[in-house]
Amino acid sequence: MAKTTAPSNVAKSNRKWITGYSIIGVLLFITYQFLLPWEGLPLGIYDAIYQWMPPSAINESLVYIIMALGLNIVVGYAGLLDLGYVAFWAIGGYCAGWFMSEFFYFLNINFLGSVPAEAPGIHINFWMVLLIGGFICALFGILIGAPTLRLKSDYLALVTLGFGEIIPQVFFNGENFFGYNISNGTKGIVMVDPIPVGVKNLGPFDFGWKLLIFLFLTAVMVFISLRLRRGRLGRAWLAIREDELAASMMGVPLMRTKLSAYAVGAFAGGLGGVAFATHVNGVYAERFNFTISIFLLAMVVLGGMGNVWGVILGAFILSWVNGNGLTAFGQLYNDRFGTDIDFASFTFLLFGLVLILMMLFKREGLLPESRLKLMLHEGELDDEDASSSKKKVGK
Amino acid sequence: MAKATDVKKFTGTPGQIRRQRIEQSGAIVIILLMSVWMLANLIKAPEQFVQVAISGLRNGLIYALIALGYTLVYGIIELINFAHGDLFMLSAIFSSFFITYWIGADQSNPKGWLAFASCLVAVMIFGAVVNVLIERLAYRRLRKAPRLAPLITAVGMSFLLNFIGLKWNGSTPRQWPTVIPSGDIYIGEIRISLITLWLFLIGLPLLLALNYLVTNTKQGKAMRATSQDKDASTLMGINVNKTIAFTFALGGAMAGAAGLLYQQSIGTTSYNLGFQLGLIAFTSAVLGGIGNLWGAVVGGLLIGLIQGLNDGLPYAFGQQWSQSVVFTILIIILVFRPAGLLGKAVTEKV
Repeated sequence: MAKTTAPSNVAKSNRKWITGYSIIGVLLFITYQFLLPWEGLPLGIYDAIYQWMPPSAINESLVYIIMALGLNIVVGYAGLLDLGYVAFWAIGGYCAGWFMSEFFYFLNINFLGSVPAEAPGIHINFWMVLLIGGFICALFGILIGAPTLRLKSDYLALVTLGFGEIIPQVFFNGENFFGYNISNGTKGIVMVDPIPVGVKNLGPFDFGWKLLIFLFLTAVMVFISLRLRRGRLGRAWLAIREDELAASMMGVPLMRTKLSAYAVGAFAGGLGGVAFATHVNGVYAERFNFTISIFLLAMVVLGGMGNVWGVILGAFILSWVNGNGLTAFGQLYNDRFGTDIDFASFTFLLFGLVLILMMLFKREGLLPESRLKLMLHEGELDDEDASSSKKKVGK
Repeated sequence: MAKATDVKKFTGTPGQIRRQRIEQSGAIVIILLMSVWMLANLIKAPEQFVQVAISGLRNGLIYALIALGYTLVYGIIELINFAHGDLFMLSAIFSSFFITYWIGADQSNPKGWLAFASCLVAVMIFGAVVNVLIERLAYRRLRKAPRLAPLITAVGMSFLLNFIGLKWNGSTPRQWPTVIPSGDIYIGEIRISLITLWLFLIGLPLLLALNYLVTNTKQGKAMRATSQDKDASTLMGINVNKTIAFTFALGGAMAGAAGLLYQQSIGTTSYNLGFQLGLIAFTSAVLGGIGNLWGAVVGGLLIGLIQGLNDGLPYAFGQQWSQSVVFTILIIILVFRPAGLLGKAVTEKV
């Protein structure tokens, strides 16, 4: 009896989030698409929204959420520390730059693009570029992972860090990469094609509609994360995270499982990279630096490694603080108290403290995942056991 | 009797032997390529070669001093102390303020030399104190936690120190006067600046002193014991906490000295200095074999040399690829020989 009901329960609890998510999404969309331009809206609310959560900030935080969900698969599920995630962001971004702009002006390829057919350059449909970017990133994830994944955890972290430095530098110096211009160097690739949605092409300022698209992409990532976690692969990831040796003894193929974590995580990086390129309407090499990798890591750690909702919360909070919240708060504080403090410079302090304090006092994050919580406090549990057994012996 | 001679010495499982072969052939190929590259450059521009080699070695000495901190800490608690590079950066800023503002020396005269000497002591104490504080406040609590936790904490600590540096130094690089004698001496056509000589005169004794401390004193013995087995050394009466704190102090002092030497030889400080140099220094530590003191020194000098040659030679990638070259070395080393040049491969204990 129990056996037959279990799958339907699982399926139900697996889909329950969709309703709540859609409601929040639609509310957000209505607010930003219809309420904000509405002339009857009181000026106070309008100003408040623009100061605390302007349309561009919410879109940007959604891009961060997509990335953080990808990193969560690598760090939270499989337990592999990746300090160079920004590399995938960069590759995804340049995929958008290559396939959706006039960068290759000497070519003229148009495949369901959103610009007139005679425009120079490669113009492939946004939705296809998303997939292309995702798969190219996944390929790079496998290429990076294949030789390095047999290393111990901290060495692996370093190798990823190395790649996270090398790949952005390739793009940064890409104006003359063995004689070819692959990235326009520091000038970046400006003007990425608008997003075609059938009736309309979404340019850089259609925040409301783009919000809907980014919400959809986030939902796809949430769906992928939740589904994979429950499946065979996800359980194998968790097993590796908890004890690699035990997992391999139980017949989990270590290399293949780790590589697939890398590939899926990188795929999300590609999605986010393409989305971000359309969000800022360009690709700029100097944006891809080590700090971004650490920001994403801090998001995953703050929210709760391994828990999708925790990661979304963490990513939302930190990207908001980093992008808009801190400056808005600083403005308010400086106006109120007549001070002149540069609050934006406190991001380093904030992110550093988030990482340290979370690790010291709440290692499992704001919305913890029960399994991970047990794992992270394993050492302390052993101590408690030891001390209690000592007491027993004493008595 | 014949049976005894038949028994071969066990060299490893077939997989291990294959790996050793791959490692060896890979190493030979890489060394061949490197020597071809160096030879081509040497023939093309011999004087320039020696010149950039010397300046590369000078940077290499600073890398070596920082790398020692990484290697000491990794050797004892197996933690990649990401904050170490930023400690170096703070030390560089500390020495600039110490010499220029607090003592007020800005020229190479007896007062300046005195300031330099006192600063060397002060900055070493500064580095040691900060490093011990970091260990005490953060890493010690996490010693029993899974590996990921202290590593992430170290990254956070690096951000924290970065913030202090940003507030202390300002967001733009700052230029400082140097107090050690500048000038050049010539050996034939080759110019060697006095600063380079001074750097080696101060750096090498430090390295020797550290080596003596670790290999010949009781405290050093305690360090080596703790790195092998913490529980057993506790049973032998070693205060593990104190020993680990001492290791952090030693590493911090070396980073402090490196900070002073860097500030005096380059003359500029900036808040994001620590990240790049720290990573390069860590690469040196890995290259030489992490946990091995002389490995860190050799690795640092080698990386400095390679970087110097890459930046200054006619047939090379040039300065804008400097980072990529260093990190490529790191990745190649980690993939083919994780134990490093001087390290011994150890099988993972379960």
